Amino acid sequence: MSGHSTYQPQSPFMQWMERRLPIVSLVYSSFVAYPTPRNLNYWWTFGGILAFMLGVQIVTGVVLAMHYTPHVDYAFNSVESIMRDVNYGWLLRYLHANGAAFFFVAVYAHIARGMYYGSYKEPREVLWILGVILFLLMVVTGFMGYVLPWGQMSFWAATVITNLFSALPGVGEPIVTWLWGGFAVGNPTLNRFYSLHYLLPFVIAGVVVLHIWALHMVGQNNPTGVEPKTEKDTLVFTPYATVKDSFFMGVFCLFYAWFVFYLPNYLGHSDNYIMANPGQTPTHIVPEWYYLPFYAILRAIPSKLLGVTALASSIIILAFLPWLDTSRVRSANYRPLYRQFLLIFFAAVIGLGYLGSQEPSGGYVIAARILTVYYFGFFLVILPLLGLFEKTKPLPNSISEAVLAAPPSGAKA
Amino acid sequence: MISQRIITAFALAVSLTAMATQTAAAEDAPPRQKWSFAGPFGIYDQAQLQRGFKIYKEVCSTCHSIKLLAFRNLADPGGPGFTEAQATAIASGFQVTDGPNDQGQMFQRPGTLADHFPPPFPNDQAARAALGGKLPPDMSVLAKARSHEWGFPQFVIDAFIDYQEDGPDYIHAILNGYTDPPAGFALPPGGQYNRYFPTGAIGMPKPLTDGQVEYTDGTPATVDQYGRDVAAFLMWAAEPTLNARKRLGFQVMLFLIVLTGLLYFTKKKVWHDVHHPELTGSQPPA
Repeated sequence: MSGHSTYQPQSPFMQWMERRLPIVSLVYSSFVAYPTPRNLNYWWTFGGILAFMLGVQIVTGVVLAMHYTPHVDYAFNSVESIMRDVNYGWLLRYLHANGAAFFFVAVYAHIARGMYYGSYKEPREVLWILGVILFLLMVVTGFMGYVLPWGQMSFWAATVITNLFSALPGVGEPIVTWLWGGFAVGNPTLNRFYSLHYLLPFVIAGVVVLHIWALHMVGQNNPTGVEPKTEKDTLVFTPYATVKDSFFMGVFCLFYAWFVFYLPNYLGHSDNYIMANPGQTPTHIVPEWYYLPFYAILRAIPSKLLGVTALASSIIILAFLPWLDTSRVRSANYRPLYRQFLLIFFAAVIGLGYLGSQEPSGGYVIAARILTVYYFGFFLVILPLLGLFEKTKPLPNSISEAVLAAPPSGAKA
Repeated sequence: MISQRIITAFALAVSLTAMATQTAAAEDAPPRQKWSFAGPFGIYDQAQLQRGFKIYKEVCSTCHSIKLLAFRNLADPGGPGFTEAQATAIASGFQVTDGPNDQGQMFQRPGTLADHFPPPFPNDQAARAALGGKLPPDMSVLAKARSHEWGFPQFVIDAFIDYQEDGPDYIHAILNGYTDPPAGFALPPGGQYNRYFPTGAIGMPKPLTDGQVEYTDGTPATVDQYGRDVAAFLMWAAEPTLNARKRLGFQVMLFLIVLTGLLYFTKKKVWHDVHHPELTGSQPPA
């Protein structure tokens, strides 16, 4: 890997600047000369897409905040006023609401890629854990954002989710009261959610910097899972990765725009167009689609405390993935059994998502329990044992050998 | 204590939902109607919005408020297409409460373009008191606040065929759904049977009959047509920027398709030497 900057400032001013703040050479070495494995496929474009979506959410969110009123009596109508009276307010709001959904589309693709190609393994453990922290921050930020329009689903989602803390023995009730700032979800709750919803994206941006820093320390993983050995194995970031990322970002934006302009309310719940009413429980409380798998895990377990523990564990367990997976081979392309179990795992998560959207009764509960057992069994039983017993395929000696052995499309997932 | 009560309420809601699902099996899906504003290129039909407004004004507004709608909206582009003079005339036909004046008194005056539609009752409690305890929902965003669970796989198909009209379909269905209850259906007192209402028993008496509202443009004066027209009007009230959204959407999609296409060919060109090193004999810089 030819890691270090080859940037040589030409103009006297840039030379002057370089001796004082080498920011141009930092950008140059990170996004121009940075060596990337030459066999990266399109699953590696979601990191750039996620950075782009964070930018979209912050820009649209800051403008929306200029017009939004965080008060239980005015919040709902101020959102409607954005839709009706603010110039292009409908565009800002639909970009932001659907932007959250597509942010999660990208993050799930990004996580799935990491799991498939073993991107969490030594020496990328810290990079991976920072990613899990980012995902947790996104979950919290997205949830708080959903509360702000103060519709029926906003209010009842806030009530159900904050109430989960009451399952903690002894301290549960005081914690819930402290979270609410009162004895029920109310104006203080809305105000603090608004404050935190504005704060957390900047925390995310900070952790993203750490995530990218850690990435540039250890370099990118690649579909073979074999580290680049010579210069033949890598390509400079610009133009190769830049143009590939840009193209796929265009494809991603086409899907995003389809929803923003033609299906703006498809991913939302119609009950959120009814103003919050603490006296009337909706017939069917569901979270946004991107939380449904975790919601299904919560409801699969009859004990509330155990359900909440399972919910929290289902995300936190990801942070332990580097140590739960005992195999020395990274990529699922060379681990036939792991590949099978992982694809079943992805299907189980999608299945849990569907069950999370359904009424928790009869066969649905049994199915959710089976899938929950598989979810945790995958991490706690299958992964540790698989590394010991699995017979892996022979790894290529280098990336360039793998690329020359197969046509470029052969490396895809 | 209170949180426990809320948990109990939640548990109750869940169990009620489970019961609702069992009854929902008998409940009908609203038939999908043809809407001028459906699909990527669909926009509102001005004449239909004007007819729908007439129905709202003559029938619905007796009980239902539409607080988020202002009289000026009637003359906004992408709406029913009233002229400013017509909208002013409509506004002046309504009495709005203003004040307090110099004497500290609230007073009534004719509406202006800047006013919102005044609600039929001074407050929600007054509405409940006048209507047997039931509060008619505000109609401002009603067309986006109602939907139908189509289930798998229909909900996936709907994402591809750009179906966003459950709200108006539901409103049209409700207005045409007053039938005799099926045998054995226990109708609560003061309730009407409506085959499209989630519980089957709706508080609102059948609001429209054939010929009730006069149409001057030759459109058939039937409940079916009334339902379609007023649902279209309510969709516009809920989403007044739909025309602008679809227009901009088309421009954005065209732009993105061209941009993505160009990026695709740029990518191919840039990566050509990587995929075919034998053609140039040179290695890309690493």
